Amino acid sequence: MRRKGPAIIVNTLLIVGAVLTAFPLLWMLSVSFMPTGAASTYPPPLLPAAPTLDNYRQLFANHNAGRYMLNSAIVASLATVIALVLNTMAGYAFAKLRFKGRERIFQTLLGALVIPAQVTMIPLFALVKQMGLISTYGGVIVPSLASVFGIFLIRQYALSLPDELLEAARIDGASEGKIFWSLVVPLLQPILVTLAILTFLATWNDFMWPLIVLTDQKLHTLPVALAGLSREHVQDNELMMAGAVITVLPVLALFLALQRYYIAGILAGSVKG
Amino acid sequence: MKRSMAAWWFVGPALIVLGVFFFVPVIGALFMSLTDFDLYALSDWRNLRFIGFHNYVTLLQDPLFWKSLWNTLYFVVLGVPLSIGTSLGAALLVNSKLARFRGFFRTVYFAPVVTTLVAVAVVWRYIFHTRYGFLNYGLSGLGISPIDWMGDPHWAMPAIVILAVWKNFGYNMIILLAALQNIPEDLYEAARIDGASGWQVFRHITIPGIAPVLLLVSILTMTGYFQLFAEPYVMTEGGPLQSTLSVLYFMYEEGFKWWSLGRASAVAFLLFVLMFLVTAFQLRLGRQRGDR
Repeated sequence: MRRKGPAIIVNTLLIVGAVLTAFPLLWMLSVSFMPTGAASTYPPPLLPAAPTLDNYRQLFANHNAGRYMLNSAIVASLATVIALVLNTMAGYAFAKLRFKGRERIFQTLLGALVIPAQVTMIPLFALVKQMGLISTYGGVIVPSLASVFGIFLIRQYALSLPDELLEAARIDGASEGKIFWSLVVPLLQPILVTLAILTFLATWNDFMWPLIVLTDQKLHTLPVALAGLSREHVQDNELMMAGAVITVLPVLALFLALQRYYIAGILAGSVKG
Repeated sequence: MKRSMAAWWFVGPALIVLGVFFFVPVIGALFMSLTDFDLYALSDWRNLRFIGFHNYVTLLQDPLFWKSLWNTLYFVVLGVPLSIGTSLGAALLVNSKLARFRGFFRTVYFAPVVTTLVAVAVVWRYIFHTRYGFLNYGLSGLGISPIDWMGDPHWAMPAIVILAVWKNFGYNMIILLAALQNIPEDLYEAARIDGASGWQVFRHITIPGIAPVLLLVSILTMTGYFQLFAEPYVMTEGGPLQSTLSVLYFMYEEGFKWWSLGRASAVAFLLFVLMFLVTAFQLRLGRQRGDR
């Protein structure tokens, strides 16, 4: 009985916090169903009086949203698949295979984590231009194909694989490639899901590099297109909210489905310091 | 012998990609910052001239660069403590034994982290709208007259801080939550038997228990906040009166609006050096505290 007061305070605060946190996203969703102009009234309406899909229709019919969505999906999927292959192979090798300079190379990679990606952006732009990759899917994904963090994530997990298992397979005459593909990859499965969702979300949400490298509007990803659209249509709040919804909803849904793996990745990453 | 060959096949592709698209550009940035790399050099590298530290010298004399630097520092100094404080508060609440539906609240608090920054910046620009935005509507209920969030140089950066705190606090909350759960239960038990108050428990058990993690998240948050770009790009275009022009925004304009790529590289390098120094300082401070 004595603890009832504090319990009410804690739970009330939690609810207030949740309402404040969820409100912008819920309002975004609500306004996206309002007809043009309905949200530019005072007091601001909470729910659409006459819900409509007009804004979504307009986005796809007049503003090429389908194309941008496809671009985003292609860019994020391509980057995820390639990053998964490269980082997994390297992370496994750093954990379980012996080669000259292994520790030194790994330490150098970890040291590079302090360098922010923005330092590389301008020379990378010049390099990508030399390679003829400006305004191509290839140009956008180039910086996400391999990452120190991804290699680190896989390595930490792979360290726990039992050496005896790998040795036994070698004695049975299995090649290194076969051991990796049919023994290691299945055992790494949970961390692979984590790396996949982290990479997919990061490339889907990425803004600065796609903004720089995608000069051709047809290839814009959703965030780049939305930023451009919002500068042209500052007053059209309902349309902008619909644009925000189609940008956010895919990643939010993916996160809700695979939440456990995503959070495992964050916790593994925070140990690096 | 054969096995070490195989190992190179495994690490080789990732190392080549990192080398070409990360390490070479890092060296390239240092090199470019010492040249007058511009649109002419971009089309033909023979137009490139080595100009020593000229870019750095002119940058340090450019009031707009200093303005962007102060704006960024203001954002960091205001945003990092607010973010960490909110994260810690949320973590303590979710971790409380009195809390119900903890998994649900954790998910809600974390949701903004995975959203697309550009999209939520568009949403928040609308929430901050002087006439039709929800924030001013809510404030009017408290008797506060409307604030011109995006149009007043005094309020534009605080508005961006509010967005940043909302967007990011869930991330550190997850990390702090794990740290809180690592504090042994018997420490709390012992304190309770000794009759310690709630505040004393917080001050002498909780805070020391999560101190290393607090240091880590504050460094991670700070380095992230130094890279402010998309929020002002979408919400204010660096205005009003350049009050939200960040260092990266300045770099972007130098590089991709004026095509002074050499100068832009120098900006990137100066930002990196600054971030490095502040991180080193924080680590040192943290270590000294730890020794005592």
